[in-house]
Amino acid sequence: MATRVHMEALSPTMEEGQVVKWLKGEGDAVAQGDILAEIETDKATMELVARGEGVLRKVLVGEGAAAPVGDVIAIIAAEGEDIAALVAGLGGGGAAADGKAGTDAGADEEAAKAAAAATPGTETPSPAAETPATAGATKLEAVTSAAAQATSPEEMATPSPAQAAPTRVKASPVARRLARDAGLDVATLQGSGPGGRVIKRDVEAAAHAAELAATAPAPPVTPWPSPPDTEFEDTPLSQMRKTVARRLTESLGPVPHFFLTVDVDMTRALAARKRVNELLAARAAKASINDLVIKAAAVALTHHPECNAWWQGDSIRRFHRVHVGVAVAVPDGLITPVIRDAHAKGLGQIGTEIRELAGRARDKKLQPHEYTGSTFSISNLGMFGIEEFTAVINPPEAGIIAVGAVEERPVAVGGQVVVQARMRVTMSCDHRVIDGAQGARFLATLKSFLEEPAAILM
Amino acid sequence: MAQATREMGAGVKNGEAPGSGEGGDPAVADLVQGFSAEQLAGLLADMLLYRRFEEKAEEAYAIGRIGGFCHLHIGQEGLAAGGIKPLRADDLALTAYRDHTMAIAKGMAPRAAMAELYGRVDGCSGGRGGSMHLFDTTVGFYGGHGIVGGQIPLGAGLAWAIRYRGGDQICVCFMGDAAVNQGVFLETLNMSAIWQLPVIYVVENNGYGMGTAFSRVSVTEMEARSGAYGIPAHTVDGQDVLETYRFFEGLAEEVRGGAGPQFVNAVTYRFRGHSMSDPVSGTYRSKEEVETHVRQEDPITILRDRMMKAGLLTQEELEAIDAEARAVCEDAAEFSDASALPDPSTLYDHVYAEINPNGRLFLDGRGTPGG
Amino acid sequence: MGGGPLVAELTYRDALNAAMCQEMDRDDSVFLMGEEVAEYDGAYKVSRGMLARYGDRRVVDSPISELGFAGLCVGAAMSGLRPICEFMTFNFSFLALDQVINSASKMLYMTNGQAPIPIVFRGPSGAALQLSAQHSQACETYYVHAPGVKLVTPATPADAKGLLAAAIRDDDPVAVMEGELLYNLRGEVPDEEYVIPLGVADLKRSGDDVSIITHGKMVHLALQAARALERDGIEADVLDLRSIRPLDVDAILETVARTNRVVYVEEGWPFAGVGAQIVSLIQDEAFDDLDAPVLRVTQADVPMPYAKNLEQLAKPGVKAVVEACRKVLYMPDTIT
Repeated sequence: MATRVHMEALSPTMEEGQVVKWLKGEGDAVAQGDILAEIETDKATMELVARGEGVLRKVLVGEGAAAPVGDVIAIIAAEGEDIAALVAGLGGGGAAADGKAGTDAGADEEAAKAAAAATPGTETPSPAAETPATAGATKLEAVTSAAAQATSPEEMATPSPAQAAPTRVKASPVARRLARDAGLDVATLQGSGPGGRVIKRDVEAAAHAAELAATAPAPPVTPWPSPPDTEFEDTPLSQMRKTVARRLTESLGPVPHFFLTVDVDMTRALAARKRVNELLAARAAKASINDLVIKAAAVALTHHPECNAWWQGDSIRRFHRVHVGVAVAVPDGLITPVIRDAHAKGLGQIGTEIRELAGRARDKKLQPHEYTGSTFSISNLGMFGIEEFTAVINPPEAGIIAVGAVEERPVAVGGQVVVQARMRVTMSCDHRVIDGAQGARFLATLKSFLEEPAAILM
Repeated sequence: MAQATREMGAGVKNGEAPGSGEGGDPAVADLVQGFSAEQLAGLLADMLLYRRFEEKAEEAYAIGRIGGFCHLHIGQEGLAAGGIKPLRADDLALTAYRDHTMAIAKGMAPRAAMAELYGRVDGCSGGRGGSMHLFDTTVGFYGGHGIVGGQIPLGAGLAWAIRYRGGDQICVCFMGDAAVNQGVFLETLNMSAIWQLPVIYVVENNGYGMGTAFSRVSVTEMEARSGAYGIPAHTVDGQDVLETYRFFEGLAEEVRGGAGPQFVNAVTYRFRGHSMSDPVSGTYRSKEEVETHVRQEDPITILRDRMMKAGLLTQEELEAIDAEARAVCEDAAEFSDASALPDPSTLYDHVYAEINPNGRLFLDGRGTPGG
Repeated sequence: MGGGPLVAELTYRDALNAAMCQEMDRDDSVFLMGEEVAEYDGAYKVSRGMLARYGDRRVVDSPISELGFAGLCVGAAMSGLRPICEFMTFNFSFLALDQVINSASKMLYMTNGQAPIPIVFRGPSGAALQLSAQHSQACETYYVHAPGVKLVTPATPADAKGLLAAAIRDDDPVAVMEGELLYNLRGEVPDEEYVIPLGVADLKRSGDDVSIITHGKMVHLALQAARALERDGIEADVLDLRSIRPLDVDAILETVARTNRVVYVEEGWPFAGVGAQIVSLIQDEAFDDLDAPVLRVTQADVPMPYAKNLEQLAKPGVKAVVEACRKVLYMPDTIT
């Protein structure tokens, strides 16, 4: 019994994956549970595990190539088992998927047909592909694709093997209706529901963004200037870069940001950190200023749950526990591993965890649960000497703080100019969730904690 | 039915009926048990009507005019005439699914009965009930019930309502012999006794519950079935319409007078199969057995012979009565054939008596009131 | 209370009693029959004092013969009386289902309108506490499956009075399923003549985030769940159908249109349960309003066990309702 190897959703938000490396080659024996390939998702490089056993008979997506979730990328079968029909059967749908036409947002029936017809080289042309049944199936998938993006009720009503088609856009009925009303194409929206289902809040967010865009003055359309004489290099977007780009755009578009900055006297914080590190030395652990900021912010959030919250489109979720996402730069982007229950953890533990997570983030070895579920985020560019900056909110979270460098600056204290170690913290707030005064109160608490770390223990 | 007709014809050749002149002959009086000539002719005409009606139904079933289940009363007409005709118009009667002649006996027009069998709009229930559920409250006929024993507590309820309102009507509840093995029969007899309801339970004991002889499913005699509840049991020969009539006439008045519930074992015989799909004889009763009963116990033949012996019926009169019965049934069939099928728009009518102004009663997406 | 109608605080049990007395006072054709309803004052004391008040002509102890006395009541209704047929519990009414389904529900139709059956079947339905499998089951489905019967499930004392009165006045068979655990529930009940029309749902709580639709005793569970959700900032509608047939479709569609997310809570089993019908209706008529699949919270698909812990597991609970609501709201279940 042959087993189709599908491109699997290896992260919660993954829509397509890139085959980094096949760890089994055609002809290799495969046991259930064997690692077949490394797949780069939008977040990390993950392992694809065999769900059947036999011999890896056919690899359909080569190293470096990408395939949408759900596509068949290889076939495992018994030695000598006839898989010609199976491979040929993939011809229509597989070809369309390989050609991307089926998954492209703008694909319509014509395009899908054209793509299917225009990719004879993808698979060995087989008479089976021409049989009416196969042709019919191909056509149905194309119709499904069209139906999923249809804007008229007639098209919506097209009967289709919806679940079977890998190209179907999953959207809740009300999301489809709202999208239709707003003139949006659900296929272009990123779904936040299970399996990427586009749900009401996604459409509302997109509609809001479209509204903002419509009211903002249109930027002058200038083509990218091409540097006349210098050499240049075009870098294709990695899966991660695509996701970073999309999510940040989604954030600044629909999320009404506002920003609050405080300037913090870090004298006592530095002293406290020094003392803590002396104590931690015995355990071979150590804490950074950023770890202290994480701890202080997490405890402050327990005092200000209105800032420890998610915007959910039609509801606001306030959390009782604090999971802090910490932005970590990795070679081609950034990722925010999560320190769970940061408010309840000691500095040593936070420090150890963050270094361990950051290390694996750079190696793209994070598991999905390690970079999802944060309730608030922190970005620190102090190590680059940045004094002050604003960070982009990581939806659906409602707040993020941008932490600058600690540096000695002259300040007036009681009429005297003195030099102090100072640090600026800028909070970005989603105004739908956090009002100005609420954000300000949280920052005031954070400031008081950093200026008198003992207060964290109160 | 040609057989019975032939026999009736044969009977006429026996010479002139005794007592035709004076009518004072005690032998004649004994023969006709004090019934007047009109009464006798009436009972004969009734039974002939029932017989011809069932034969017409049999024919209509054979040519596909009637569908579903169809249970004929042929052979048991003596109970329809003798059990129901003595009742008052405002007395109530109900029975099981062998109900055509019972309904007509209680006063339902043959046209309404036949059209119901045909599933037509002019049927007593507009074609909604069919053969097993004839129903006409205007003549006090309360069905027509399809589940063996299902009508028994309903009969008690009708009697309960009579007593509750202080009326002097009675209710006669017929059932087949198999029904007495249903638990609800026992439950209902008990309640009827407790509350001394004005009701007569009549078993049309034709010896078989469908294909099972009563003796195979009961170690006690039928008469013993009501004793445990303190209800008097009676046995009557259902093939003798005169005896049956007299018996019910008397019992009805007793019950009307407060005698409480009664149980009657009316011995009869079914000349046809259980239903149209059951052969007349073969599996559970022999051809000889059926033929013997048909020859000796046809209630119509028995009455005819007595009337002729008593000089109260001539061949010509018999033929005239029979012709009239045939004409009525022929008319009923023609009427039914011409009657329209029920209007499809009435599909949802009478599911509920009261369509509540709020909410939806029909959940199939079609039967929304007014839409 | 102020200038409103006169109300009294009554138990659910006494509200039912008040409804029967209200109707028996105004209509002599109404009578009560059932096991222990007269001399014993009712197995659950619902008919307390009624024998003394109305006599044994109208308040009648029956033998333990559910099929028999149910059939007798249907027969009485067939000739125009308005019986209130009390089942000590609806569990026992399974013995009587032939008369409910084959006689009461179909008589009017089979007779083309000649024989309305204005009867009320009433009694407790659903689980109480540790009564095990045969005495703990929600019976709604059996009664609404066949067209011809109506069904109401009062959740509060006021609803008990108003709905039972309406059921008695209705010209069709109406099952009134009460909650054994509700009989002691106290609440304000209008003192004067009070009738709640069948087919009108009641929004017991209002919120725009998610709709909890339910009926009968489960209304209280739904309200508890709504309070729990409120702590997380979620506002739930709690729609009490009150009447399962006729069904207030407008009220259902209204709440779905507002919240886009529905959880149906019922005490019965899931297979072909009341919730299954509601889900079907919603996907039929409110498809474009849905943001998530409609979920149901029901009794576990097992006969009710006796052991306390197993019984708890089998019954629909607040936690399950909260979880279902969070699920249709697409809220992560990893964080609690």
